[in-house]
Amino acid sequence: MKTINADRMHFKTLNDTVREAAASEKNITIDNCMGQRYIAAGLSNTTIKINGTPGNALGAYLNGAGIEVYGNVQDAVGDTMNDGRITVFGSAGDALGYAMRGGRIYVKGNAGYRTGIHMKEYRDKVPVIVLGGSAGSFLGEYMAGGVIIVLGLDTNVPIVGNFTGTGMHGGKIFLRTDTLPKNLPEQVSAHDAEKEDMDEAYEILKEYTEIFSMDLKAVMSAHYYVLKPNAKNPYKRMYTPN
Amino acid sequence: MAIEFMYPEYEVLRDPDRCIRCRVCERQCANEVHTYLPEKDRMISDDLKCVNCHRCATLCPTRAIKIVKSPHTFKENANWGQKEITEIYKQASSGGVLLSSMGNPEKYPVYFDKMLLNASQVTNPSIDPLREPMETRVFLGGKTHEIKRDENGRLIPIKRVKLELSMPVMFSAMSYGSISYNAHESLARAARELGIFYNTGEGGLHEDFYQYGSNTIVQVASGRFGVHKKYLDTAAAIEIKIGQGAKPGIGGHLPGEKIVGDVSRTRMVPEGADAISPAPHHDIYSIEDLRQLVYSLKEATNYTKPVFVKIAAVHNIAAIASGIARSGADVIAIDGFRGGTGAAPTRIRDNVGIPIELALASVDTRLREEGIRDRVSLVVAGSIRSSADVFKAVALGADACYIGTAALLALGCHLCRTCQTGRCNWGIATQRPDLVKRLNPDLGYQRLVNLLTAWNHEIKELMGGMGINSIESLKGNRLMLRGVGLTQKELDILGIKHAGE
Repeated sequence: MKTINADRMHFKTLNDTVREAAASEKNITIDNCMGQRYIAAGLSNTTIKINGTPGNALGAYLNGAGIEVYGNVQDAVGDTMNDGRITVFGSAGDALGYAMRGGRIYVKGNAGYRTGIHMKEYRDKVPVIVLGGSAGSFLGEYMAGGVIIVLGLDTNVPIVGNFTGTGMHGGKIFLRTDTLPKNLPEQVSAHDAEKEDMDEAYEILKEYTEIFSMDLKAVMSAHYYVLKPNAKNPYKRMYTPN
Repeated sequence: MAIEFMYPEYEVLRDPDRCIRCRVCERQCANEVHTYLPEKDRMISDDLKCVNCHRCATLCPTRAIKIVKSPHTFKENANWGQKEITEIYKQASSGGVLLSSMGNPEKYPVYFDKMLLNASQVTNPSIDPLREPMETRVFLGGKTHEIKRDENGRLIPIKRVKLELSMPVMFSAMSYGSISYNAHESLARAARELGIFYNTGEGGLHEDFYQYGSNTIVQVASGRFGVHKKYLDTAAAIEIKIGQGAKPGIGGHLPGEKIVGDVSRTRMVPEGADAISPAPHHDIYSIEDLRQLVYSLKEATNYTKPVFVKIAAVHNIAAIASGIARSGADVIAIDGFRGGTGAAPTRIRDNVGIPIELALASVDTRLREEGIRDRVSLVVAGSIRSSADVFKAVALGADACYIGTAALLALGCHLCRTCQTGRCNWGIATQRPDLVKRLNPDLGYQRLVNLLTAWNHEIKELMGGMGINSIESLKGNRLMLRGVGLTQKELDILGIKHAGE
C-alpha cells in the first residue's frame, strides 16, 4: 500500500511516481488530487484509489488496473480503455470511454457530452458504461459494440441529450425511462426492454448497485428502453464504385 | 436500362494465332474476364469486366493478349468528357456517392516537375559517391533547445527519443485490411533490412509482425482499431492520424465484407461489421485537445516513443502545422492532395487539398519564421514518385518522405485503381487467399529493398553532384532548386528562384 500526496504536484512527477509504485504495489492511494492528467495511462494489475479530482484522460488505454475516484472526473476518462474498472463516486465530464474496447466504467452521477462514442466489442471483450444520472448529447455516437446503461436516478431532466446513437452500428444502449428521447436517428431502433435484455443487464446492475450501495430491486424495477442499431453496415448502400 | 450501358473503356485484344488456349488468363483474372469455349476451342473475353490491371497480359506465355483503350467514344466535347458523362450515368442509376481508389489522377500541376536541381561546375567541386563517404542517414524528432553543462564544464547529453533512418524515405500508412498480409510482410521485412520504418495504418498490428516492432510506426486514428498497450509498446513510434491527403476532412470506412478472419482479429472488430473511422477525433477540437492525446500516448509509453501527427495538406496548413509543433508532437507528417487511398469518395479525392510541394514550402517557412522549426521533424507524402522527388522535397525543407503508391508499384501494383473491389489480381489490395498468395513476400520484400537501394544511390549521386556529402546540408537548402515555367507567386511560395536567375 503506497500513498501519494498529489498536492500541487506536476502531472509528470505524479505519474512517474505511480508507474514506479505500480511495479511492486497492488494498492496505491492518491490524496489531494488536483486535476493532474493521464493518471494510470496504460496501467494494469494495480488498484488506485483517488481522493480529489483527477484531470483529463484518466485511465487512457487502461489495461486491467482498477481505479476508484472519490470525487468528480474530467474529460476523456477511459479513452481507448482495453480492460479494468473505473468507478467514479461523483460525475464525469465529456468523452467518457471514447473508443473503449473492454472493462467497465461506473459513474454514480452524470456524464457530459459524447459518452461512449465509438465503443466497440470483440469476442470476450465487451465494454460497459453505467451512469447513475443522465448523459449529455451524442451518447453512443458511432457505437460499434458494448453496453451503455443510463439510469436517470434522482433526475428530473431528460436522461439523455440530443443525437443519441447517431451512426450506431453495434452494441446496446439501455435507458431507464418512460419517455423515449425525441429525434432518434434513423440508424437506431428502440424497443421496450424484454426479459432477455434485463437478464443481460442484471449482472452489470448487480455489481453497480453493490459498489454504490443502492437497492438493486428498485433500480431494476422500472421501465427500460433498449436502443440497437438497425444494421451493422449502415453506410453500405451509400457508395457507387467509380 | 439501355442508357446505363457503358461501352467498356478498355478492350482485351487476343491474337488467335498466338493463343494456345492454355487458359492461364482465365485462371489469373479475378474479375472473370476470360472464358474458354470448348465447342469452339477458343478463348473469349468480356471487356466490360476488365479493369486494365495487365495481369493476363503479363502472364500470357505467348504474348497473345494486350489491353487497349477503346476507340469507342462519345462525341468529342472539350467540356463534357467521357468521365463526366459516365459518372452522371452511374449516379443516376445508383444514387450513390462515387468511390475511387489510389491517388488523384486528374491534371493538376506537379510542382516537382517544375523544379530543377543544381550541380557544381569548376568551383566547389563535386564529390564522387563511389569513392567518398556520403551520409543519407536522418534522425526524426525534435532537436534539443538548450545546452547544459555539468560543474566541470562538460556537456550533459539531453536524451530525446528519435528515430534513426538510413535514408530519408519510409513506407506510409497502409492498413492490414486495405492491403494483404503478404504486402504487409513485404513492407515490414524491407523496412528492417533497409533500416527504415513502415506504418501499420489504422488496422492494428498482426501478431506475426510484432517481431518487426523496432521498424514499425503504429497508427492511432479516430476509430482506434487494434490500439492497446502492447501495440503501443511494441512500436518504434506512434502516429496520430488526423487526416489523409486523398480524403482530407473525412473519415475512413472499411466495409464489413473485408472484415474477415485475421483482419477482424487484428482490428479487434467483429467479422462482417463495418469498421468506421469517424471524420474527426471526437475528443480533439483544438490544439490543446491534440496535445492531450499526444501526451496521453507519451504517458502510456513512458516517454519512450516519438509521436507523429499526420495531417492532410489543406489551405491553412502553415498555421495548423504551427499549432501541431506546439502540441508536443515530435514529427508532423503532411500528406498532399495526390496521396493514395484504398477507397475515397471521388469528389473529395479529386478536389480537396493542396499540392504537397506548396504545403511543405509554406510550413517549413512558417515554422522557421516562428523559430520553432527545431521542435519537430517534417515528413511529407502525397506522391513521391522517385528519388528526385525525395531530393527536391528535402531541399524544400522535409526531413524525410513517406512513399505508398511507389512501394505498391514495386510489389506489382499496375495502378488499375480498383482496390475498393477487393479483387486485386496482384495480391496486394485483397484478402482473398487465392489472390494474396500471388504476392510472394520473399520476392516482394527484395523488390522494395532493390527500389530504395537504387533511390539511395541516386540521392548520393545527386548530392555528390552538388558537392554535398550529407543529406543534412541539403535540408531546406532551397538555393539548390530553380523553378521552370512558374509564376512569381508560385516561386515566392516555394521560396525558390526561377531558372536563369
